[in-house]
Amino acid sequence: MSHALGFATSGIKAAGIRNAEPDNYLTHETSLASWLLTTDHKRIAILYAISITFFFFMGGAAAALMRINLLTPDGAIVAPETYNRLFTWHGVVMVWFFLVPSIPVTLGNFIVPLMLGARDLAFPKINLMSWYLFMIGGTLTTAALFWGGLDTGWTFYTPLSSTYAKGHVVLAAFGIIMAGFSSIATGLNFIISIHRLRAPGMTFYRMPIFLWSIYSASVIYVLATPVLAMLLILLSFETFFRVGIFDPALGGDPLLFQHLFWFYSHPAVYIMILPGMGVVSEIIPAFSRKQLFGYKFVAWCSVSIAVIGFFVWTHHMFVAGVSVFSAIVFSLTSFAVAVPSAIKVFNWIGTMHKGYIHFDAPMIYALGFIALFTIGGLTGLWLATLAADVHLHDTYFVIAHFHFIMVGGMVSAYFAGLHYWWPKITGRMYPEMWGRLAALIIFFGFMLTFAPQFMLGYYGMPRRYATYPPEFQVLNVLSSAGAGVLAVGYLLPLGYLVWSLFRGARAPDNPWGATGLEWQTRSPPPVENFATTPVVTKGPYAYPTPAAVAARTT
Amino acid sequence: MSEAQLHFQYEDLEHQSDTALDGMWLFLAQEVLFFGALFFAWMLNRHFHPLGYHRAAQQTDLLIGSINTVLLITSSAVYAAGVGFIRLDDRRRLVQCCVITALLGLAFLGFKGLEWHEDLAKHMNPGRYFGLSGADAGGAQLFWVFYWVATVLHGVHMAVGIGLVAWLLHRVCKGAYSAAWHTPVEVVGLYWSFVDVVWLVLYPLIYLVGRAG
Amino acid sequence: MNPSPSGGRLQYGIDAASRHAVEADWLFLALLLVSLAVLALVFGLMLRYVVHYRADSGVERGKIAERTFGYEISWTIAMLVVFFGLFVWGADLYARIWQPPESALKIYVVAKQWMWKAEHEGGQREINALHVPVNRPVELVMTSEDVIHSMGIPAFRFKRDVLPGRYESIAFLANEIGAYHLFCDQFCGTDHSRMIGVVTVMSGPDFQSWLAENGTSGGLAGEGRALFTRFGCGGCHNVGPGTGGGTVRAPSLVGLYGSPVPLADGRVVIADDRYIRDCILDPGAQIVASYEPLMPNFSSQLSEEDVVKLIAYIKSLASGL
Repeated sequence: MSHALGFATSGIKAAGIRNAEPDNYLTHETSLASWLLTTDHKRIAILYAISITFFFFMGGAAAALMRINLLTPDGAIVAPETYNRLFTWHGVVMVWFFLVPSIPVTLGNFIVPLMLGARDLAFPKINLMSWYLFMIGGTLTTAALFWGGLDTGWTFYTPLSSTYAKGHVVLAAFGIIMAGFSSIATGLNFIISIHRLRAPGMTFYRMPIFLWSIYSASVIYVLATPVLAMLLILLSFETFFRVGIFDPALGGDPLLFQHLFWFYSHPAVYIMILPGMGVVSEIIPAFSRKQLFGYKFVAWCSVSIAVIGFFVWTHHMFVAGVSVFSAIVFSLTSFAVAVPSAIKVFNWIGTMHKGYIHFDAPMIYALGFIALFTIGGLTGLWLATLAADVHLHDTYFVIAHFHFIMVGGMVSAYFAGLHYWWPKITGRMYPEMWGRLAALIIFFGFMLTFAPQFMLGYYGMPRRYATYPPEFQVLNVLSSAGAGVLAVGYLLPLGYLVWSLFRGARAPDNPWGATGLEWQTRSPPPVENFATTPVVTKGPYAYPTPAAVAARTT
Repeated sequence: MSEAQLHFQYEDLEHQSDTALDGMWLFLAQEVLFFGALFFAWMLNRHFHPLGYHRAAQQTDLLIGSINTVLLITSSAVYAAGVGFIRLDDRRRLVQCCVITALLGLAFLGFKGLEWHEDLAKHMNPGRYFGLSGADAGGAQLFWVFYWVATVLHGVHMAVGIGLVAWLLHRVCKGAYSAAWHTPVEVVGLYWSFVDVVWLVLYPLIYLVGRAG
Repeated sequence: MNPSPSGGRLQYGIDAASRHAVEADWLFLALLLVSLAVLALVFGLMLRYVVHYRADSGVERGKIAERTFGYEISWTIAMLVVFFGLFVWGADLYARIWQPPESALKIYVVAKQWMWKAEHEGGQREINALHVPVNRPVELVMTSEDVIHSMGIPAFRFKRDVLPGRYESIAFLANEIGAYHLFCDQFCGTDHSRMIGVVTVMSGPDFQSWLAENGTSGGLAGEGRALFTRFGCGGCHNVGPGTGGGTVRAPSLVGLYGSPVPLADGRVVIADDRYIRDCILDPGAQIVASYEPLMPNFSSQLSEEDVVKLIAYIKSLASGL
């Protein structure tokens, strides 16, 4: 089980203490207050992990009910009113309470200070505040969803949401605003920490890609989220006081709503995927035992995805009534944003070339990410192509596209990172066979669920349909069957990861033999992360070249 | 205790100080986008409803608005002086400056409250009971929607600012700051100046545009 | 539920029933080929590497590339070229959808929760259905009475959001006789998934006889004239002898449709469907040069369908009474 290869990794001088059951951040204090009032980034990461897991399964339950309903053309189990509330619930919870926070608040919070060689983030109390804001927001929105639910879709288009909706739009909006403030605080903390708390010798070009990705995602957190917050305030004002900012019947402009909404929500999807790409950029080198191909390109691609991502939002509105000129401009920028993502894919593959590839669970998840993200990204090109989008917009093709990226990509990356850093976080190894099995089940279940949806969309089946014409049934049944398999795949890690907390083998400091400062401290780390501040003298991913390996073994 | 507490993740006080200032600047950048989205929507609607906005703007109280502008600019100047004083280790003057700043801030809010009372008496509340009617009432109502959202949000930010200044006063009186360490004073100063700058954009938008002619 | 045009079988493709659809399908084919090529490359390389370079494979690794710049630039440029080609193709095809020819047959569509109402100029009315002739350009002028809907006809490969408070228009030329799905593609509330219709493309003669069977005497324009009289528009606006010329001076409507109108703010606009609709429902927004803003606002008294009829009537004045 142990993968201690014992390479001298990145020339770091630090006090690495072997496992001898010493005090660590989990055992240091165990009262409830020490958890709920903690300012230790590692504990806050755990608090967040528990919260987003809860939201993930809540959003997943909604999806399960939706897919069961779609087994028959007339709706198998729920009436349209309920179905509409289910998909709104699924979208709202998954976007704002799972995907947007996901990797940054869990793996980011835990690993970023360790990777920086720091003792905590720049503003630990603000970190704790962000968790409380998140929980308050989650409570408010969940209350809105349970008190009769919302039937507007997660996109809240007006005038449907301001004038015709049934349900607690304002309450849900408030919860989302709170979650938004939480993510602004998190992003701010990461940016400042990466600027100010890097260990001595760690220049920007010696930072692991995970940090570049978290930094880029944080820029989006900080600059895009306030626009959403203001939009939801204006929407609430309109709904509550019945005035016409966005409702044309009262003199407003519905397209203004869409522009402001997508100005945030498109960059938001880059918030979701950039950290996932960062995780994959850590795992591929580690499990190929080879330095990352084209490090500087990958680093700057993360930044350019964040920047270009701010200039593509109108591609959600190609048939909404925008001018042909705008549509053309935004189609061009949408093609542009695909380029850095594709460069990353090629660089990951380049990393594997001539590497020494190991197939532990994190690597299987990461390979799955590359496969599924590539499919998702390519179909994004279809949607960026104007005339093609006219046919595919608001159909199941779009649903398949973004699920390939968000679920096939992002969630796989989250699981990859979770398994990769599990030994560090918990001090235990997960059971490897179950890890690989779950990764494969998730991959195949995912393909079965979402690949048929590309075809459904091309054939014209619209999204957000509770019932559908009978000729779409076969593809829907395939998709729902896949969803069942996928559900099993997601429940497995819940089971074996929790099991490993009690019965898993004790993990060494560096089970994978990976580079990175986080592996230079104990598993689990002590409260202060490092006994002495590490000093960095080499770049990241300083794995030995094949020539060096050959020399050593002869 | 006149030495600042060095938090464990920092090397020295200067490191901690720079980091805190960076954090506040970044927070303010985010606030620019927050209010910026509002201003964008406001200006866009002005383009579509010029007559309504013109009519609505006549209902604002230029006198109170101008008094408030003077109060706020003065408070920023006073606070800046306070920062200057603590750099010279003059705690007494810093206390005086903070007190004056807070009082000016409270006066601002007081006048604001008076103004809101007046606006409500004129039925400038958007919705069914809006006080203006006729062809441009829709546009006028939109002006007032933005007026309320902007001034309430600004007022909330002011209240937070006054709270921060009060907290600073408490800390100065306990001797927490000196020429060597007074970063929280500077951080709050950045925030206060920002709230001032937002007002400097709101003032012409609310009171000046559309008034001539 | 409307009967499914395909008879309920699973389709292995969908009809390409319009000229645009045929062109769009070539674009889709190109997208598919590019995607498959990239996937083959990515999956192929990944599969090869996980087998060939697995840790215990014993294969000679040799030197690894230290300088990656050449590779990076090559694949970036290759992508930019391919993407630009797809972009231009897609943009060109897109721009042409929004340019209805002058001679297009106009059908007015009013969407509401949760049905489609279509009106032909001869007064033929349809609900959740659209009858159109084959091989003739058709323009749909659409608006919504409530929330945003979206008219989507997969067989024609097009859709367009239908917004309340304004007209959106889109044109197509159907080139295959048959019956095709029409969907609402923008979530619009409870019965969004039941807002489905059938587009029937008929041969010329069949379409003429359908029109004849379903028309009203006078057509839309006749109904519009009735509304014009009922609401007293002739008191101010001249449409012929005996109208206009009262105490209020208002622009004449004879020959108005399609001609340029100078506005008070200096712009000159063409009096099309959008302009006339806005004049009736929001008269204060655009004042004609040299006239006073005196026209009452009819938005609370006239529905979107009423406006469609009035527009048809005013249009008929262009070609003489």
